[in-house]
Amino acid sequence: MTDTNVTKARLVIVGGGPAGMAAAIAAYDAGVTDVLLLERGNALGGILLQCIHNGFGLHRFGEELSGPEYAARYEAEVKKRNIPFLTDTMVLSVDPDRTVTAMNSTHGVFSVKADAVVLAMGCRERSRGALSIPGKRPAGIYTAGTAQRYVNVQGYLPGKEVVILGSGDIGLIMARRMTLEGAHVKAVCELMPYSGGLNRNIVQCLKDFDIPLMLSHTVSKIHGDTRLTGVSIAEVDEKLRVKPETEQYIPCDTLLLSCGLLPENELTKEAGIPLDAITGGATVNEHRETLTEGIFACGNVLHVHDLVDFVSEEAELAGKSAADYILRGARKAASPITVKPAGKVRYTVPQRIDGEGEDVRLFFRVGAIVDNAVLTVKQGDTLLATKKKRRMTPGEMESFVLPAAKLAGVSGELTVCVESEGK
Amino acid sequence: MCYQVAIIGAGVVGSLLARELTRYDLSVALVEAREDVATGASAANSAIVHGGFDPVPGTLKAKLNVRGLEMMPAVAEELGVHYKNNGSLVLAFSEEEMQTVRELYERGLANGAPGLSVLDRDELRALEPNVSENAVGALCSETAGIICPYGLTIAAAGNAIDNGADLYLSSPVTAIRKENGVFVLTAGGKEIRAEYVVNAAGVYADEIAKLIGDASFTIRPRKGEYLLFDQTEGKLCGHTLFQVPSAVGKGILVTPTVDGNLLIGPTSVFIDDKENRETSADGLDYVRSTALRSVKSLNFKQVITSFTGIRAVPDGEDFIIRFSEKDPHFLHLAGIESPGLSSSPAIAEYAVELLGNAGLQLKANPKFCGERRPYSWFKDLPADKKNEVIAVDPRFGHIICRCEKVTEGEIVEAIHRAPEARTLDAVKRRVRATMGRCQGGFCSPLITELLSSERNVAPETICKHKAGSNLLIGKTKGGDRND
Repeated sequence: MTDTNVTKARLVIVGGGPAGMAAAIAAYDAGVTDVLLLERGNALGGILLQCIHNGFGLHRFGEELSGPEYAARYEAEVKKRNIPFLTDTMVLSVDPDRTVTAMNSTHGVFSVKADAVVLAMGCRERSRGALSIPGKRPAGIYTAGTAQRYVNVQGYLPGKEVVILGSGDIGLIMARRMTLEGAHVKAVCELMPYSGGLNRNIVQCLKDFDIPLMLSHTVSKIHGDTRLTGVSIAEVDEKLRVKPETEQYIPCDTLLLSCGLLPENELTKEAGIPLDAITGGATVNEHRETLTEGIFACGNVLHVHDLVDFVSEEAELAGKSAADYILRGARKAASPITVKPAGKVRYTVPQRIDGEGEDVRLFFRVGAIVDNAVLTVKQGDTLLATKKKRRMTPGEMESFVLPAAKLAGVSGELTVCVESEGK
Repeated sequence: MCYQVAIIGAGVVGSLLARELTRYDLSVALVEAREDVATGASAANSAIVHGGFDPVPGTLKAKLNVRGLEMMPAVAEELGVHYKNNGSLVLAFSEEEMQTVRELYERGLANGAPGLSVLDRDELRALEPNVSENAVGALCSETAGIICPYGLTIAAAGNAIDNGADLYLSSPVTAIRKENGVFVLTAGGKEIRAEYVVNAAGVYADEIAKLIGDASFTIRPRKGEYLLFDQTEGKLCGHTLFQVPSAVGKGILVTPTVDGNLLIGPTSVFIDDKENRETSADGLDYVRSTALRSVKSLNFKQVITSFTGIRAVPDGEDFIIRFSEKDPHFLHLAGIESPGLSSSPAIAEYAVELLGNAGLQLKANPKFCGERRPYSWFKDLPADKKNEVIAVDPRFGHIICRCEKVTEGEIVEAIHRAPEARTLDAVKRRVRATMGRCQGGFCSPLITELLSSERNVAPETICKHKAGSNLLIGKTKGGDRND
């Protein structure tokens, strides 16, 4: 690295998707105007740019927008503030001392020394390889998002006879999208006994098009030497093992995978920032600050969200917190509260609480469908809060607010537990 | 025109031989059935340069493995292929298996294999802290190594082409006849003439032999399944960890790869279909459970892909390296199963010797240059040198494959540089794009576009690998982004 290629900025944001843009705007509005936003794609907006369906923005704007429209609103706000951003720019490393090294065609390899960094790199899809689906390796197997890019951005159709494995939201959206393009979606197979997608997507993308959703089913084998010729599908038992006697063959030329999203935390790991084993994202406090001082995380790189509206909200919190850190210094508590999931709760974000005197919204997901759910928040045997809900599902993120008054004087460990009523 | 030598099969053996022949003033054709070089056994194997203790003394396998082991570092260096002398360990899990370890040691000495030693429990742990508690000792080969097998093949073919050889892709040889004393190969709609023919057709070598009426051997395909882990797991062990062959089977290896991943496998199952590169739930389960004998733990969440390699197993015990009884100008390099990759430079050297003895004129080619710039030349540059390159060609500043950090410049170069990459998998094998943890989820649409624009063909003609493996079937109703 030559010194001529080192610059400074008070805040560097890694990723110019919905999280990065919202964080940049919030930090700017909180008084930190020397922000640099780095985006690897050729425009701001991230994955939203290929999500041409509607349903974005109901919470934020009270209206239904397409992905590109939602992104455009934030992009306009970034530009209105003249927040500097670089596109086609890949961040290569983030150091714990908050030096960000990146590369693009105009500036080459360059480093930016920052007072604070917000990580907003988003997530990736689980691939066929990671799923270890047995069989051959023909063309015609795509993650749903890859197919979405081919169709919506490049204008090419990956296939005509389609089976989808996994009922994540992108898979459901692509079931409808491929159908509208004249493809025949034969089935959506879901390994679990419930869908991982939003209910509205199951109705609008499958039911409205008579596409069967086969729960507790998986793809057991892939056929075809050149292009995919078909898949074997089978029912799975309660331990998610294939029941061989239920195996059936479906001819198809395309298999789309929508089997989960993985926060893309390679930079985070290389920076030595501790991750939560369940979320795959950094461990953060209520300000979305990681355990490495001055480095914040938000959006799908922190934990996978259902709706972009919630990504924006979380990113605003991270952006504002980063600005506070820059302007007013560290706010880490000497003895923070750690938040532990219990019962049916798989994880919580944040995982720790450092501050005092502020309400804290805790987000969590359950690991299985819970009917007549009862949420309890306890310190030891002391009940701090409780809430009931008719049904909680793994596909929908839950949240609740812990009022500052309840948190006053609390230290040590909080448990957040969900069980079915009566248990 | 009539070539002096036509080599059938552009795997590691055929490609290294083509390069070896271009050291001499010869016209050489490398004739490949598939759309790229390195698509058979050379594309998918354990990627090990073996220590030379396994083959039976006195065999070609023993002689060529030891010679190949000696040659490989320099060959890799010249060709710009990543090679690492990481050493290997054959783990024993009982006193009885330690006896086998000692036998392998003796066998290695008889073969002339250098750098062998027998390690006890503590010496083993000092070298590899993550080996299983159950391992009681090991045979250590200090000279064994790891290499990228398709990287070696591509570089060898490319260097042969740079030195004047002609590569014919998508040219399956379907008939061979003799006309005026020279061979005429019917290959994918063309006729290729040659004075000498070398059969390096891998699993198809017996079928090629039959084209001249030679049914003296058969090749059986044997498949081996593997699991590949993310680079996060690549430091689990430094050495390649074998298991002592035992009653329950040949054992499964655990090894770092030269690109920093972790590889476990292979199974070993005879199959009938020479194209059946199919993984199976049972096979992958066997690999997982058997690999766990060698190390304390494996993080299966970090598996990024699984694959099957097919080995060309001869009906005899040794490599089949000899002229056909049907024609003294038709040389077989067949049945090159393990340690075939390790032996490959030595097989090429030996084949040239045999061809010379059979009358092929070996006059030095004064223009021969054995050095080849690696595909990773940009990636391995320091930052300031990268910036000099980017200033001249901005495409090197634009990363396409985020997982493996591969730039547009490198992909475009792979598309145009000999041997040209025509498919998505051909790009992958050259520059590693799509080979990372997202397995092409983000970059394959971008590479498809680059293949289309650089080769000036429609996107729907771009294939993943073989003809017919098209990635796209046509435009959407709204047309493409350029309409």
